[in-house]
Amino acid sequence: MNEPAPSLINALSEAELAAIDAEIAHMPQRSGAAIDALKIVQEHRGWVSDASLAAIADHLHMSAAELDGIATFYNLIFRRPVGRKVILLCNSVSCWMLGSDCLTQQIRDRLQIDFGETSKDGEYTLLPVTCLGACDKAPVMLVGDDLHESVTEDRVRELFDQPGAPNG
Amino acid sequence: MATIRIDQQEYTVRDGDNLLQTCLSLGLDLPYFCWHPAMGSIGACRQCAVLQYQNEEDQRGRLVMGCMTPVSDGAIFSLQGDKAQRFRKTIVESLMLNHPHDCPVCAEGGECHLQDMTVMTGHRDRSYRGRKNTHRNQYLGPLIHHEMNRCITCYRCTRYYRDYAGGTDLAAMAAHDHIYFGRHEDGVLESEFAGNLVEVCPTGVFTDRQLVHQYTRKWDLQSAPSVCTACAVGCNIVVGERYGKVKRVHNRFNAEVNGYFLCDRGRFGAGFVNLESRLEFPALRRPDGRYDALDHHRALEHALRAMEAEKVAAVGSPRASVEANHLLRLLVGNARFYPGWSRGEQGAAIRAMELLRDTEATVPDLAQIETADAVLILGEDVTNTSPRVALSLRQAVRNRARDMAGELRLLPWQDAAIRNLAQDTRNPLHIAAVSNTRLDDVAASHTCLAPPDIARLGAAVLEELLPGEGQHFGDPTVDALAQQIARDLRQAKRPLIIAGAGYGNTTIMEMAAELAAALCHGGCEAMLSLCQGEANSMGLALLTGTGGARVHRLEDMIVQGDIDTLLVLENDVERRCSRRGFKLLRKHVKTLITLDSLDTATTSLSDLVLPTASFAESEGTLVNHAGRAQRYFPAFPPANERRPAWFWLLALAHERGIEATSRLHQFDEITRHCAASIPALAGITEAAPRSQFRAHGLRVPRQTHRYSGRTAMRAALSVHEPKQPQDEETPLAFSMEGSQRDTPGALLPYFWSPGWNSNQSLHRYQKAVGEPLRGGTAGSRLLYRQGHATLERAAMPGAFEPRENQWYLVPRHAIFGSDELSALSPPLRELTHPAWLEITPAAAQALQVIDGDGLIIENERLRGYRLEVRINPSLVAGCAAYSAGHAGTFGLLPGEWVTLQKDPDWQRREPAVIASDRGGVA
Ligand code: SF4
Ligand code: SF4
Ligand code: FES
Ligand code: FES
Repeated sequence: MNEPAPSLINALSEAELAAIDAEIAHMPQRSGAAIDALKIVQEHRGWVSDASLAAIADHLHMSAAELDGIATFYNLIFRRPVGRKVILLCNSVSCWMLGSDCLTQQIRDRLQIDFGETSKDGEYTLLPVTCLGACDKAPVMLVGDDLHESVTEDRVRELFDQPGAPNG
Repeated sequence: MATIRIDQQEYTVRDGDNLLQTCLSLGLDLPYFCWHPAMGSIGACRQCAVLQYQNEEDQRGRLVMGCMTPVSDGAIFSLQGDKAQRFRKTIVESLMLNHPHDCPVCAEGGECHLQDMTVMTGHRDRSYRGRKNTHRNQYLGPLIHHEMNRCITCYRCTRYYRDYAGGTDLAAMAAHDHIYFGRHEDGVLESEFAGNLVEVCPTGVFTDRQLVHQYTRKWDLQSAPSVCTACAVGCNIVVGERYGKVKRVHNRFNAEVNGYFLCDRGRFGAGFVNLESRLEFPALRRPDGRYDALDHHRALEHALRAMEAEKVAAVGSPRASVEANHLLRLLVGNARFYPGWSRGEQGAAIRAMELLRDTEATVPDLAQIETADAVLILGEDVTNTSPRVALSLRQAVRNRARDMAGELRLLPWQDAAIRNLAQDTRNPLHIAAVSNTRLDDVAASHTCLAPPDIARLGAAVLEELLPGEGQHFGDPTVDALAQQIARDLRQAKRPLIIAGAGYGNTTIMEMAAELAAALCHGGCEAMLSLCQGEANSMGLALLTGTGGARVHRLEDMIVQGDIDTLLVLENDVERRCSRRGFKLLRKHVKTLITLDSLDTATTSLSDLVLPTASFAESEGTLVNHAGRAQRYFPAFPPANERRPAWFWLLALAHERGIEATSRLHQFDEITRHCAASIPALAGITEAAPRSQFRAHGLRVPRQTHRYSGRTAMRAALSVHEPKQPQDEETPLAFSMEGSQRDTPGALLPYFWSPGWNSNQSLHRYQKAVGEPLRGGTAGSRLLYRQGHATLERAAMPGAFEPRENQWYLVPRHAIFGSDELSALSPPLRELTHPAWLEITPAAAQALQVIDGDGLIIENERLRGYRLEVRINPSLVAGCAAYSAGHAGTFGLLPGEWVTLQKDPDWQRREPAVIASDRGGVA
């Protein structure tokens, strides 16, 4: 059956399309740009909605199911809305040994969110991550794009004391 | 051959197989999940682990995956080795970490490969104490039920759906312990072959939605070997019954026909058998238009009285068995027998039969189609007319991948490696059709042309193959394409030409036959396949024949009229006539007697209706599109006064004193009589063993040896257990007693073997894994390479000339909806659409209509046709395509010119809602 044409709402923006097309140009097949395209859209919109996913799939000549298989395979492609900043808190061995559990508890208490949740003000989403490759500076976490090393309870307090205005 | 040792025992086995195949073929139990005989190995599940030893001295061995290990001379393996056994037991346990252990409420239970493998490995106690994942299940449409928690991540589903069947809307989502197999959102699975997931998935993730809602365990089903009646391909099926209802249809392996897979029309199309509207008693029309129920004696009396009239005629049917048609013709005589096709169908069916009978090319069943290395489809939408052929073509285009693999010494079962190697390399498949088709994604070329131009394309290809009078198409692009097609066909060893009755255009079929002949002359093993309309179109064409006898047209007969009594056999005359013709039926016929299993427009007009048994309640022979005669057997006895059509007709013939039938009493005798009197059908007796056949002195049991509740089943009605019905007509019994050992392929009612309750038990019935059944392949070929038609060179057909303000009608078939019987099956009814007419966007603009509007269709012959508009941008200009076989398009003829006009009174439909979308039970 004929696919319905994408409506204006799920259409990709000019900027997104341009960036995706630039990636496609490097690939032998359009679908080769799948991961990049997902990242581009996530950069622009914070996450990849079903409608965006369908629009990207269409642009890459893939089926939505195929692209969703790729999107959901990667933990850091968000298929649900996330806060303005994503906290990736490492809970792998080194960080765990040096107290990531305490930090987790602290962040939970401060922001009133658990792993996988977004704070009420829409500022933060808390996610666990398995090793950020900075084990020598454990415990570590990423807040948005900033890596915080050897995090202490004080540091957490500093970062999250005034919700909405973190001094990264 | 290679000599290998498994657990100290020596075996001589086929080189190049993998060890898993080898073990199964030897009858050894080695558990597995991800390997599938039709899809090869990927080594994903790790369940088939065995120990391999380097040499005699090696005492430790190492674990290897059976399905990934080729057997080679001198190899030493152990299945029983402690380490291997422990490993396999642990694998099942780990695959089942998230499994809900809900077998009692699972529709797979009792025929579950996971259950079988769990028992086989000896895993019993779970050590996992953590939380399990719970998934949200998806709505996948009315055919398939989804229960994701039962998944063991073997990847068979996506490998089948995507890699094998070409579906794009099912994928593996996420990763590690939250992996999910489903669609990107809820919705009907798009593939026409999705139903095979039910058999491919080794667990209860994908199950038959109809069965789930009216559940019976496999061991409680009474089953019979049968043949799908939903199209002319004739796939072999198992029909399972309980409480007088068809519960489900499963695949019945036939190495030459359907192999391991069916299409969804066939798998889910038998529901019409259960319709409440089916008659159980003969019905006699009263003057007030209502009907009285009669017993069969009185019904026969009435029929006989009507047949004493002077002018008695009969209408046969391409959906009735060879035997029933034969008896009907004996009953009224050759001159008064009308085969029962419509005007459009008749010529095409007879011509297809002649071309296939006379061709020198091989007329392939599905397995042969899969061997083709270049394919040309001339004007047939196979996915919608002969669906299973499309699945076979998807395999054919992968032959080149297998060749490439062969060159690199990869083995045919190394699936992942071969797919990686071949990527998108495919054998050439060229398609010419009136619009897009569902096979375009694997086609080398796809051209949209009007039917007359498709014939011209055929002629242009022929010109390239056998340069003659310089007949060219006349359009440089199409001529270049013709050159390309000819090159591809010429280079092939086993080129295949497919055409068919779908567009009702005999010239296309003739072109196809000439192309096949030309290729045969070129010295290759060419194949010619002509798709046909109905389950027994070919049988009826062979029975009717052409030799001098005048071939009658049903509609002409009605319009000319003057018939005292007309007998209609399993045919709805409304579908075969124009509206006017059908109206005249009642006027021109004094007494109308119908024998049918369904309640149709024709039965509701009849004076007397004799209720016939459906294919699931009777026996009969059908001849498929490749001229293969196959027998279906009843899964359960017909209720009340329903009788097989042949039974009614034989009774009438006896009473009428028809000499030829005086010695016929049993079904087999009719078959033999038919074979003896019609040379073209001589082979039908070989379709299956006759009723006297016994295996080890016993009949073949339809019930499993665990069949339960025979007493309880009817206890609500009566505490007396009735005697089991006797079956005098077939070698099968309505019983649990008997032996399935050494049963001929044509008689296998179900597959089961100790320890193998699921359909995977099939390998125990095969000569070796994937090979023909030990009891022999079902069916007999009637047209096997007898033809030697001389090559004729037809003149270039005339070009298609679009007309101003007129449209050329082309039939458009739909897998769900165009076939009469399967379209009545409740789950498929949800997927059918009301009749429609496809036009091009340009035509829509000219006519000022949009999708969903109504159009009035007219010409000198046609009045009062109103159809819903569907805009199809890929349709050829100048054509309008009507939904064939849908109420509302009966009587439209292919190739007719019509005018179109917007219907001012058209009521637009609400967007269709699928009943089960609302959460209702289908
Ligand atoms: S859904 Fe079935 S076929 Fe698919 S991976 Fe899971 S168990 Fe295997
Ligand atoms: S409808 Fe045709 S193709 Fe489908 S299962 Fe039945 S016989 Fe086979
Ligand atoms: S363990 Fe935390 S960064 Fe590696
Ligand atoms: S069957 Fe061998 S690894 Fe799955």
